This record gives sequence, C-alpha cells and structure tokens, in this order.
Amino acid sequence: MRKVYMDYAATTPVDPRVMEAMQPFFTEEFGNTMALYALGQESKLAVEESRETMAKALNGDVEDIVFTGSATESNNLAIKGVAFANRKRGKHIIISAIEHPCVKESSRWLEKVGFETTTLPVNDYGLVDPADVEKSIRDDTILCSVMHGNNEIGTIEPIKEIGDICAERDVYFHTDAVQTFGRMDLDAKKVNFDLLTASSHKMYGPKGAALLYVREGTRIDPILHGGGHEFGLRSSTVNVPAIVGFARSVEICIGEMKDEWERLIGLRDRLIEGLLRLEGSTLNGHPSKRLANNVNISFSLVEGESIVMLLDTYGVSASTGSACSSAKLEPSHVLRAIGLNPRLAHGSLRLSLGRWIQNQDIDYVLLVLLEIMGKLGEISPFKGV
Amino acid sequence: MAKRSGPYAEKVIDHFRNPHNYGKMEDADGVGKVGNVACGDVMWLYIKVKREKDGVERITDASFETYGCVAAIASSSEITDMAKGKTLDEALKIEKGEIVDSLGGLPPMKIHCSVLASDALAEAIYDHMKRGGREIPENLLRRHERIEEGRKKMEEMYGEWIEMEERMHNEK
Repeated sequence: MRKVYMDYAATTPVDPRVMEAMQPFFTEEFGNTMALYALGQESKLAVEESRETMAKALNGDVEDIVFTGSATESNNLAIKGVAFANRKRGKHIIISAIEHPCVKESSRWLEKVGFETTTLPVNDYGLVDPADVEKSIRDDTILCSVMHGNNEIGTIEPIKEIGDICAERDVYFHTDAVQTFGRMDLDAKKVNFDLLTASSHKMYGPKGAALLYVREGTRIDPILHGGGHEFGLRSSTVNVPAIVGFARSVEICIGEMKDEWERLIGLRDRLIEGLLRLEGSTLNGHPSKRLANNVNISFSLVEGESIVMLLDTYGVSASTGSACSSAKLEPSHVLRAIGLNPRLAHGSLRLSLGRWIQNQDIDYVLLVLLEIMGKLGEISPFKGV
Repeated sequence: MAKRSGPYAEKVIDHFRNPHNYGKMEDADGVGKVGNVACGDVMWLYIKVKREKDGVERITDASFETYGCVAAIASSSEITDMAKGKTLDEALKIEKGEIVDSLGGLPPMKIHCSVLASDALAEAIYDHMKRGGREIPENLLRRHERIEEGRKKMEEMYGEWIEMEERMHNEK
C-alpha cells in the first residue's frame, strides 16, 4: 500500500543528512560539555558551533541562543521565566486565543500564583489585530506572546507590527515560531521579538532539541535550576547529538528555504483547490497569509476522527481538530476561536506537507478522500449543503 | 486483550470500515434520533417491527444513519445487528455494556457512544409504541424523558445548529 505522511506539522522524519551529522556524538564524541578534558571540550565546541548557526539564522548574537529540550520547555521558560523575573514590575500577560496549549497552560498556571492574563481574540481567519494588542497593554503589562505561524490553521500573524507596538510600550514580546523558523525569514534586527521559540523535530531534526532566543537585556529567570548550563537559564546535561542535529537541520532548511516554500505553496494550493471541490467543504485559516505547508479543511457532512481513521487505512497520516479525537472531548480551541460552528469544528481535517511530499501524493490523497467522503456520506444522516 | 488498531479494538475498526445496516429506512415502524452535531455525534435509528401470532412484537429489520466518530459508527452498526430478531422487550434490555463487550471494548472516553446507540434503539421502540397507541412501559417512559431532557438542554445551547441538522436530514 502507498504510504503518504501528511502530518509534518506534528513531527517530521529526520533527514539522512542530519542523521549523519549526529552520528559521531552518540558513540565517539560523547563527552560532557562541562568536562575539562579534550573529549568534553570537543562536545562543547560542537554545541557552540551549533549556537552560532542558530544565531546566524536569526541574525542575533550567540549569547541570545538558549538550547532546551522541547518547544514546550522553551515556551514555559519564556512565559514563566519572564513573569517571575519581572513580577516587581507588573503582573499582566497578554497571549492570543490560538496559542499552543503550552503557552495557554503556562499563563493559566501563572494566574494561580497571582498573575493576570488577557487573551486576544482572532478574526475568522485566525488573525490577531495589532490594534487589540495596543489596547490590551496596561501599565503593569510585562509580556505579550503571539505565535508566528499557527500549527492548526496555518495563519501567519503580524508579528512585525505586534513587536513594534510592544517595543514602544516597553513590553517583552515572545513569539512561538515552531512552524516558521528556518522556513520563513526571521531577523532579530528587523522584527522586535525579545524571545522566540523554535523546535528541531518540526524541521527534519531529531526530537529532544529546541531553542529559546532571548534578546540581550531581557530579564528572565530559569525554570530548571542546577549546574548553570546555557548561561544559567537551563541547567541540564547538554544533549549534544540532538543539538548538532538541530543545527544541521537548520542549515539545510535555510539553504533550501526559498525554493521549498514556493514548491510547497504550489502543492498546498493544488490540494486546497481539489478539496474545496468535495461536498460540504470549507477552508479554515487565511487563504494567503498562510504557512506554505498547511491545509485545514472542514467538512459539514462527516466527522473528523472518522476521516482520519479511514485515511489511515489507505496509508495516509493526517490529523483533526475534532472533539472525538481529543482527550477533553472538546473541539480544538483554535477552531473555536475562529468562530467555527460545531459541525465544521468536528469535521476538520489538517493535512500538513513537507520535504518528501510530491505531486503524485496530492493526487493520491485527493482520490482517497473522494472515496472516503462517498463512503462516510452514505452512512451520514446528512446530505450536501 | 482484544487485538487493537490504534485506540480501537479490531472489531470496532471492522464495523467502522464495513458498517452493517446503514441507510435510511423509508417505511420504518419506529425512528429514534439521539445526539447532535454540536456534541460531535448524531444518530438516527430505524426499526421494522412485526407482530407475531401470539401478539409478541419482534424487530425484523434495523438500520441507522450516523454522523460521528469511529466509535459512534461502530456502535450503531453493532446495535442494529443485535436488535434484529429480538422482541421489543429483549431489545430494550440491551445495555451499553453488552454493546461494548460485543465490540471487544471501547476506550473509556468513547463509552458514551455506546450509550447513544442504546438510547437510539430505545427511542425508536418508544416511537413505534407511541405510533400504535400502545401503553408505554414505565421504565421506557422514564428513559424517554431523560433523553428528552438532555435534548432540551442542548437545544437551549445550540438551537440554531440543531434546526439546521433537522433541515439537512430531511433533505437527504
């Protein structure tokens, strides 16, 4: 059976070139970066070179790059770390309604210890209005966090405008760039982000490595205390092979960035066009301010989990924001935030593309979905709208 | 433990991939509708009933139309299989546990799908009895009232969508 992996927004396979770069650091160059002997110092050097790669990618300084173990950790460090370090200055935090759960839950936890959160609404396309950021800033606002590219519906947020507003009002700005780092231009000299999160396993690197960019002068406390690794911001023995792999994956992504973005947009738009021909389908997210690899469609006649499970039997891996697939039996908070009616929220399907998706994969998935819609449509009590 | 495919037992997946008894029954003797799209699952269940010589009423055919997840579709398929050939009394005694067991288990989060299926069957039997002007057993009446109460609560929250759902079903 043909296999088509279309869940690159969830995680990606490791590129063989990345594997190759990591290999020696598991067996031969396994030294602890804190050790004084040559073996340890070689590991340290590899990590520092990786840090340079990251700094260059963001047009920032090497001291601004903090390696962590996951994007969830980076986001926790950004939100809680800034909140605690600036608690004397203020207790107010702004986030958007479509942030990843690790941002949402971090700020919710902070509420329990005395902080206050404003959640910015989004429009039907999932866009945050920078004017809302401006209006939400209070005298005691210390941090605003708005993601760059939304992982579910693909909408790209106006982080330049939001960053400028935050800079002017002396509020730290954090952006979760997990879906965009290495795929879109992110320049610390042009965009006013004080903190930025990126993750390795979303860009053909291994799991277990991520980074938090922290602009010089940003007041931030660690959440992991210990031996003082990563400029004292993240104590833990350094995961050298994963970080080396992460850096290699960034080099590859950046080298191929422009061409790959164009190629994916072509595939994406062909897929969207084909899907919109199916009965009862609508596009979620913005039609053009959109990640090159994100397709999110809702079907009004059939339920998302059923679609995903049937797709799996045809060898296609995809995901849904339907309640039935979640642990909470609630549809995705992002789909609710864009005001989707319950039927469309339950009938959502996310197909995310990546490096190994080709034209014929798009053809195959469209064909399979046509068959699936027919099949589930027969069982469904509803007929097309 | 039964063989599994992802979160589901193999038999659940079998029913889901090749559901039995699906489709609208035009000449049904009883129809039950439960759930709603706002919650993610909605089910229409149809029964054909034959009165035997001794006066006992038996379900000769059953079918369903379901919008919902894998568990909802599998539970619909399973309960229509189970209902066929049973007397109304026997059919009313089918409990969610029996559906779940017969499917080889459901994830805890999905048990409510089997409840939905047994409620749909009870509602179809209720509808059939009401149409025939029969005396409705006390426990069935109570069950119907409980289902109605739930329905009303949902209508208050999602009235507009439920109206749309009815309209779309009538069009099919």
